[in-house]
Amino acid sequence: MAATKHPQILFASDLKLGDVLVLGADGWERDLRKAKVAASAEEAAQFEAFGKAEIAANRVVDVYLADVEIVGGAPQPLHYREKMRAKGPSVRRDLGKQAQGDAA
Amino acid sequence: MNAHDPQLSHGSNAPDTLYRYDAFDAQFVRERVAEFREQVRRRLEGSLTEDEFRPLRLMNGLYLQLHAYMLRVAIPYGTLSARQMRALADIADRWDQGYGHFTTRQNLQYNWPKLVDTPDILQALADVDMHAIQTSGNCIRNVTADHFAGVAPDEIEDPRPTGEFLRQWSSAHPEFSFLPRKFKIAVTGGAHDRAAVKVHDIGLRIVRNAAGETGYEVIVGGGLGRSPFIGKVICDFVSRADLLAYLEAVMRVYNRFGRRDNKYKARIKILVHEKGIDAIRAAVAEEFEQMDRAPYAHDGAEYERIVASFATPPYESLPKDSAVLESARVANKDFAQFVAVNTAPHRVDGYAIVTVSLKPIGGIPGDATSEQMRALADASERFGFGELRISHEQNVILPHVKKDDLFALWTLLREAGLATANAGLISDIISCPGLDYCALATARSIPIAQAISQRFSDIGRQQEIGKLGIKISGCINACGHHHVGAIGILGLEKKGQESYQITLGGDPTLDASLGELLGPGVTADEVPDVIEHLVAFYLAERHDGETFIETWRRLGHARFKEALRREGEDGADI
Repeated sequence: MAATKHPQILFASDLKLGDVLVLGADGWERDLRKAKVAASAEEAAQFEAFGKAEIAANRVVDVYLADVEIVGGAPQPLHYREKMRAKGPSVRRDLGKQAQGDAA
Repeated sequence: MNAHDPQLSHGSNAPDTLYRYDAFDAQFVRERVAEFREQVRRRLEGSLTEDEFRPLRLMNGLYLQLHAYMLRVAIPYGTLSARQMRALADIADRWDQGYGHFTTRQNLQYNWPKLVDTPDILQALADVDMHAIQTSGNCIRNVTADHFAGVAPDEIEDPRPTGEFLRQWSSAHPEFSFLPRKFKIAVTGGAHDRAAVKVHDIGLRIVRNAAGETGYEVIVGGGLGRSPFIGKVICDFVSRADLLAYLEAVMRVYNRFGRRDNKYKARIKILVHEKGIDAIRAAVAEEFEQMDRAPYAHDGAEYERIVASFATPPYESLPKDSAVLESARVANKDFAQFVAVNTAPHRVDGYAIVTVSLKPIGGIPGDATSEQMRALADASERFGFGELRISHEQNVILPHVKKDDLFALWTLLREAGLATANAGLISDIISCPGLDYCALATARSIPIAQAISQRFSDIGRQQEIGKLGIKISGCINACGHHHVGAIGILGLEKKGQESYQITLGGDPTLDASLGELLGPGVTADEVPDVIEHLVAFYLAERHDGETFIETWRRLGHARFKEALRREGEDGADI
């Protein structure tokens, strides 16, 4: 299997609600710590294929892979943009996933 | 409820000074809500794909942002009634997170709506003569205007009737719903430009010609974003009778010749820049001459109907000065500062224009909680004929306050956390939502504004520094107007980190200028230090009465740049 430069997880937005989702072992999750990690190009391609099918099924939108590192056994986004999505606004800690206990 | 519903609550202090939907307007907006409700239903059941649905939701102001959907509500020419402000508060509580964000285009953004709730939100807006139509997409956007409209002493004419005329002309205009790019129009009727008309696709200045007739100076091709340009005068006088036809001609020329091959070169500013203003002027003149102008002929009766709907409030006959105000100023230093900084002269004796700052020290620029919105609605009804304005500086204006009432108003505002005395000062910072909310942003902008605001929190120091506009954008799209900030800050990504470019010398007024780059980008932590050094240099070098921008113009950019470089060499970590 071809390794990717970094492990990756699949982000999406819920169609009805608009909030941030990640692909987990049993489907879409709102808790970033439950994200399934693609360690190879083949796994990443499978994730993307699943995402496309979910878009076609009108469950999610804006699906894309993001690089992560594994910290304490859980994936942490490498880019600050996805770190922001994983938590919520840095200027309103009372809102977003960070307020719901779903932050990575 | 509709615009003519007898249940509309208007107290004795809330006469009709605002445009109210007529039957046509009300039906149009109701039908759009019903249409969008059906589109959402079809999207959720799968009849519409996201590619098919996206342009439909965008034309109704609904974006998908970083954490959630975002709904952008139009506030035409920045004018709101108390009833509308309360409705905005109610929507924030019922369908969002209890607050809203007022933007640089006199709009309000909700950051957390659900797609499934959006039709109900739009219906709630329609119930108070509001909508989110054309707040996104490649169409003519919400028409903005001077927030001191109708009350500024320097005004030739209230620009809002013109703004309403343009709103009606541009709403669902069949030729201009799919332009090469978005299109923004601003109108001002004052000698001083408070609407930034020179940095809009079209800027209109209400002027008088040598014969004493009132008409419009038309400016085209201004804009910020990736390629900023100051607009150029395409016609120095267009009569009221010809205005719609002339603008129709401008739009047709843009629609025909504007580039569609590259979205970064698709705005009219690029067309004007590439072809030259003389060529565009000639093309517009040719179109104007040959077009059938009959459909755009001035409808004097309709114009007068609109003008009448912006009726002058029943002002009392009062002396110019208020003894009540003067004694309160003497007795309370904080109030005196508020009056000195946040009030402006009114065209009617005994009244003042009050700017309510949405920039508390360390706060989020432009945000207001639902409680604050209701407090503002209450304040406007008690002290200002039930009328409010939203400024492009992201503040709220109470345009008709008796000087005798200023202390009572200030007391109410202070209890609501709305009495920050910093209008126009260094902590009155324009900021886009940046990467805390926006999917397009490359860096955060709100925390930068908060850090600067906290660094300069002392109101006495702020007053010593004087008028100084800091404007921050979290990406090159420049929603925070950084190009026209006396100090502009642009957040970018540099090697995987947030980095901030600083510009000096921007000005959004009739003396419009674009800021010049100070040097390489700095980190977020370094920004307040850089601002501190720039301010210290300005204070050391300014002549009596000079603002920051005036000192910068006199000394030149190189002097400021050199001063900052020397500070860096002296050990300051910049």
